[in-house]
Amino acid sequence: MTKTPIGIDLFRVDDLLSEEQRLARRATAEFVDRRFLPVVQRHFRAGTFPMDLVPEMGALGLFGANLHGYGCAGMDKTAYGLVMQELERGDSGLRSFASVQGALAMFPIYTYGTEGQKRRFLPKMARGELIGCFGLTEPDHGSDPGGMTTTARRDGAGFLLNGTKLWITNGTIADVAVVWAKTEGGGAGSIRGFLVERGTPGFSSREIEGKVSLRASVTAELSFQDVRLPEDAILPEARGLSAPLSCLTQARYGIAWGATGAAIACFAAARDYSIERTQFGRPLAGFQITQEKLAEVYSEIVKAQLLNLRLGQLADRGEATFLHVSVAKRNNVRAALAAARTCREILGANGIIDDYPIIRHLVNLETVYTYEGTHDIHTLILGEALTGMSAFGG
Amino acid sequence: MKILVTVKRVEDPYQAIKVKPDGSGIISDGMNYKPNPFDEIAVEEALRLRDTHQGEVVAVTLGNEKCVAELRQALAMGADRGIHVRHDGPLDSDGVARVLAKIVEQEKPDLILTGKQAIDDDQNQAGQLLAEYLHLGQATFASKKESLESEAEKAKKPGLTLLPGGKAIEVVREVDGGLETLALPLPAVVTCDLRLNLPRYASLPNIMKAKKKEVKELSPAGLGVDMTPKVTTRRFAAPAARKGGVKVPDVATLVEKLRHEAKVIS
Ligand SMILES: Cc1cc2nc3c(=O)[nH]c(=O)nc-3n(C[C@H](O)[C@H](O)[C@H](O)COP(=O)(O)OP(=O)(O)OC[C@H]3O[C@@H](n4cnc5c(N)ncnc54)[C@H](O)[C@@H]3O)c2cc1C
Repeated sequence: MTKTPIGIDLFRVDDLLSEEQRLARRATAEFVDRRFLPVVQRHFRAGTFPMDLVPEMGALGLFGANLHGYGCAGMDKTAYGLVMQELERGDSGLRSFASVQGALAMFPIYTYGTEGQKRRFLPKMARGELIGCFGLTEPDHGSDPGGMTTTARRDGAGFLLNGTKLWITNGTIADVAVVWAKTEGGGAGSIRGFLVERGTPGFSSREIEGKVSLRASVTAELSFQDVRLPEDAILPEARGLSAPLSCLTQARYGIAWGATGAAIACFAAARDYSIERTQFGRPLAGFQITQEKLAEVYSEIVKAQLLNLRLGQLADRGEATFLHVSVAKRNNVRAALAAARTCREILGANGIIDDYPIIRHLVNLETVYTYEGTHDIHTLILGEALTGMSAFGG
Repeated sequence: MKILVTVKRVEDPYQAIKVKPDGSGIISDGMNYKPNPFDEIAVEEALRLRDTHQGEVVAVTLGNEKCVAELRQALAMGADRGIHVRHDGPLDSDGVARVLAKIVEQEKPDLILTGKQAIDDDQNQAGQLLAEYLHLGQATFASKKESLESEAEKAKKPGLTLLPGGKAIEVVREVDGGLETLALPLPAVVTCDLRLNLPRYASLPNIMKAKKKEVKELSPAGLGVDMTPKVTTRRFAAPAARKGGVKVPDVATLVEKLRHEAKVIS
C-alpha cells in the first residue's frame, strides 16, 4: 500500500516556534521561492550575485535581523536562524551575502563601534544601501588568523594600514571593509578592527576568478598599501583576536542553520526525483538502496533541526557559547555535505546538471565546510574542550 | 477611510493534500498553512487605499486559535489592528457572512474588502452574502486595467478609485471576455481577484512591530451568531490519480488521437 510521504518536520519543531519566528521564516521562504530561485542558475553560471535583489532584501529586514535599533529588525536568535536556513535553502551564496553583511560587518560595528560609527553605517547597511565585507584571512594565514601580517601603525592622528586579505566575500562590491590588523607590539593581543571605506587611496580589490564553488557570490582579494586611516576608522572596543572571533561565532551560528536549509533543498529534490524516475520497471524510490539513502539524509536533517532549535533557545537566553556554535556548525555542515553527495547520486546523470539544485548545493557546501573555521578547526576546538589539551600546534 | 479586510487561514496550496481514509476531511497533520492568497490581495489593496487616503485598516479572521498567525501576517504587512473571532468548529460561507455582518455593525467601516474566494473550499459566497445581509452594494472579482508589470503597480497605486467627494468607489471587475467598471456608494463590499495587485511581503521589522498591535478576541456566541453550518460536507474524495501520458511519433498521430480517442476536436 502506498502512503503519503511524510513532511520534513517530523519532530514538530514548528510547534515550538513563536508566531513571529514562523512569520519570519515564511517571509524569507517566499522571497527565496519567488525572487531568488528563478534567477539563481543564471547567476551561478555567470559567477555573479543578484545585486538587484539587495534593496529588496534590505526592505525585508534580512540584514542584521538579530540586531536591535539602527533600523534592524530586532528578531530573536531562533527567528534569525530560520531566516538563514531559508536563505541557504536558496543558495549558500545568498546566505553568505546576508551573513557577511549582518554577522561580519554590521555586528562588529554594532558591538565594538562608537555611537557615531553605528549611526553612520548601520541604518544604511540594514537597508542594503551600503555593503560591507570582513577582512580577516590572509594569503599566508587562514586557519591561524593570529599569525596575520597586516599592520596598522600609528601615524599622527590616524593609522597607516599595510597588508593583503584574501578570500574576502563581497570584497569588490563592498562600500566599507572591516579589516583586522596588528598594531603596536605585533602579538595577537594587538589585533584591532578598522573601517576602511571604498575609494580610500591605497586600498584596492580584485575579484578571484575560477571558483567552482559558491559561484553566486563575489570573493576577492583586498590590498592595502600605505592606506591612511583617520582616528575614527578604528573600532575602539575591539581589542585582540577575540573580537574577530566573536564575529565568526555570530556567522557560524547562521551557518549551522543555513547548512540545514541546503540539505533540505537537496533532500526535497532527490525524493521528488526518486518517486518520478523509473528504472527496471519501478520508481527509484521503490528500491531499498534508494530508501536507505533517503532515510539517512532525512534523519540527519531532523537531527540538525533539533540541534539548531536548542542552540537558538540557548542563544536567546544568552547562554550559547562558541563551543555550542562550533559543535553545531561542524555537525550540520558535515551532514549537509554528505546529504548533498547522497542526493546527487540519486539523480544519476541529472545530478551533475545545474537544472537541479543539488550539484550547486554540493559544490557550495565545500566552501561552507572550509570557511568560518574548517571542519578540522572545529574538531580541535571541541577536542580541546573535551580533553583540556590544545592540539592547534605552534 | 476605514477599511475592514478579511484573512482566512488556509492550507498552503503548494503541498500535497491527502484525504483522510474515512473521507471525513483532509489530513492536517504536518500541513503548512498561510493566509488565503486572495485575502492577501485584499489586505494589500486596503493598505494602498489607506496610504493614499489616510484612515485605518482592520483585519478580521474567523477560526481556531492558530488563525492568529495569519492575522499577525496581515498586521505585519501593515494593517493597524486585528479582530479574531474564535470558532473551533467547521465554517460555512453563511456563518462567516453573518459574523462579518456583526463586525461591520460594530466597526462601521467605509469599505469591506475580501478575497473573491478562499482557496481551501473555493465557495466564493461569503462576500456576496455579507453584502446581501447588510443591504450594501457589491463588486466581485475586483481587478484593474493596468497590468501587474505596469508603473502604477510598481508605485503601489490602489486599483480601486475613490470618486471625488469620497462617497463612492470605482471598481474594475473581471467578467467573461473583458472588464466591467462599476461605481458603488460607500460603504460597499468588494471581493478581490488575482490581477488586482501583487501583495507585499511582511518584512522582519514589521513582523516585530505587529507583535505589539492590538488583536481583539470575540466569539460568534458573543456576537449572537449561531454557527451551526447550513452546508455540511458529506464526504471528501481525492481526484482520480493522473494516468501516465503517451508519446506519439508525429503530429498526424496526435491529431488522430485527439479526434478519436480523446474526442476533444472534431
Ligand atoms: C568562498 C570563500 C569565501 C570566504 N570568505 C571570507 C571572508 O569573507 N572573510 C575572511 O576573512 N575569510 C573568508 N574566507 C576564508 C576562510 O575563512 C579560510 O579559507 C579558512 O579559514 C581556511 O583557511 P585556508 O583556506 O587558509 O586553509 P588552511 O588554514 O591553510 O587549511 C588548509 C587545511 O589544513 C587544515 N588545517 C589547518 N590547520 C590545522 C590544524 N592545526 N590541525 C589540523 N588541520 C589543520 C585545514 O582544516 C584545511 O583542511 C573565505 C573562503 C572561501 C573559500
